[in-house]
Amino acid sequence: MSRATFRTPSALPGFGLTFGFAWLWLTLIILLPLGGVILWAGSLGVERLIQIASDPRTLAALKVSFGLSLLAAALNAVFGLILAWILTRYDFPGRRLVDAAVDLPFALPTAVAGIALAAIYAPNGWIGALLPFKVAYTPLGIFVALVFIGLPFVVRTLQPVLIDLDRELEEASATLGARRPVTLARVILPTLFPALLVGFALAFARAVGEYGSVIFIAGNVPYVSEIAPLIIIMKLEEFDYGAATAVATIMLLISFALLLLINLLEAWTRRRLGHVS
Amino acid sequence: MSAEAATAPVGRSLASPTTESAGAKLLLIVLGLGFLALFLVIPLFAVFAEAFRNGVAVYFEAFEDPDTQAAIRLTLLVAAIAVPLNIVFGLAASWAIAKFEFRGKSFMLTLIDLPFSVSPVVSGMCYVILFGASGYFGPWLDKHGIQIIFAVPGLVLATVFVTFPFVARELIPLMQEQGTSEEEAALSLGANGWRTFWSVTLPNVRWALLYGVLLSNARAMGEFGAVSVVSGHLRGLTNTLPLQVEILYNDYNFVAAFAAASLLAGLGLVTLVIKSLLEWRYGGEISSKHRK
Repeated sequence: MSRATFRTPSALPGFGLTFGFAWLWLTLIILLPLGGVILWAGSLGVERLIQIASDPRTLAALKVSFGLSLLAAALNAVFGLILAWILTRYDFPGRRLVDAAVDLPFALPTAVAGIALAAIYAPNGWIGALLPFKVAYTPLGIFVALVFIGLPFVVRTLQPVLIDLDRELEEASATLGARRPVTLARVILPTLFPALLVGFALAFARAVGEYGSVIFIAGNVPYVSEIAPLIIIMKLEEFDYGAATAVATIMLLISFALLLLINLLEAWTRRRLGHVS
Repeated sequence: MSAEAATAPVGRSLASPTTESAGAKLLLIVLGLGFLALFLVIPLFAVFAEAFRNGVAVYFEAFEDPDTQAAIRLTLLVAAIAVPLNIVFGLAASWAIAKFEFRGKSFMLTLIDLPFSVSPVVSGMCYVILFGASGYFGPWLDKHGIQIIFAVPGLVLATVFVTFPFVARELIPLMQEQGTSEEEAALSLGANGWRTFWSVTLPNVRWALLYGVLLSNARAMGEFGAVSVVSGHLRGLTNTLPLQVEILYNDYNFVAAFAAASLLAGLGLVTLVIKSLLEWRYGGEISSKHRK
């Protein structure tokens, strides 16, 4: 009886085998290891957890990670929107090449991006030499790296929505006397806003956990330019598994919350755009 | 393009009401491209410029370092184990999820996506907690002379974790779109399950599978954070190519670091080109949306 309600009958074979294998693999690779981390952190006790979380150096790193990730995601939301817009609406030479280049941060290994960014934003680098202030080895350097890795999330979230956007809405707005800037601000932007939020959240979530592209340019000065993942690595190297799992659990909880938020936002987007496409 | 032409101003200065003025267009294009160049394109050129800074001979000298050669071999080995494991999982999971209706499906999908939202450092760390010297199974493994952390198995596990979703999330939406009618037809004509899978399902998803394998492979060879945690950084033994880049860079051996990095950047570029070709040529056969 339970089996009949558990899955809808089908003529196709192989459900037991593939379902069982997929769950076995998920359990071994994802559930058990992540569960181990949470279990370890959970066994520490509340007092020790609070003690670890309120360590000034850890707190400073969490602040750096989350604060700069928010700022980087915000900048990516602005320029990601511009890029998605020009890639879907305008025609210019090399548009396809530019479209492919947006995926560079996905294709370029993070360590490669890290040393390249450090080299060009260093005081004697191509861009660093032109700027009157220091970028590499300061929190600003972390910001640059987080912008680099977050951009495609915004562009790739917005593009399909822009393609599906009903142009008749814009025409209707124009025939009702709205000037183009008014149409952009009051018709198009509200329609895009949910997708923009999703892209922002994805870029933010990625930036919070990012390690490889950041550590080379960060300078890793305690209390100033250390990121939360670096704290985890330091604690692991000291064999302080307790502190490492505690910091990781804080980050995992935030990741989980964000994933939930992203799912809710996506549902909201779908409902809002239900009449389009 | 033709839509633009149709709405282009006719006669003197009649601007189209459903597009921006030429000046605004130009401004947006310049802003967008400038941002892209500043943050994405210049770093890519910098990798090759730094690698060839002291000439071609010095560039190739960097690859005579036995540690770098060992790192290249290790990277290939880890990818050669991790990617096929992901293919098998991806095919099994997408068959179960796309072809059948069962309870808890969305929970399963969320779990498959989870590695994308976990920090790479945490991905590596969870295996240290399980198998590290003072981890849950550490003492037992130690007694039986099995080493996982600071050895190849740990590198493979961490790589499988971070590349986990790639194949499955390419296949699932496409297979859901395709439904089950072709498989049902094959079965009713007398084919058995395996034959149906090999001759009907697999050919239907081959480009999406290739696409997923491509992304999975690029990430497997380029992963840094997760493998950094489990590697132990033993030169010539447990350093993959990205970790070797870090070591050379921290040794102030910049040309060698960027030379090694240029290999990885080349891999990324090749991946990007094949990926774009697949999207242009077989876009409809991959999936309706491409993210990541």
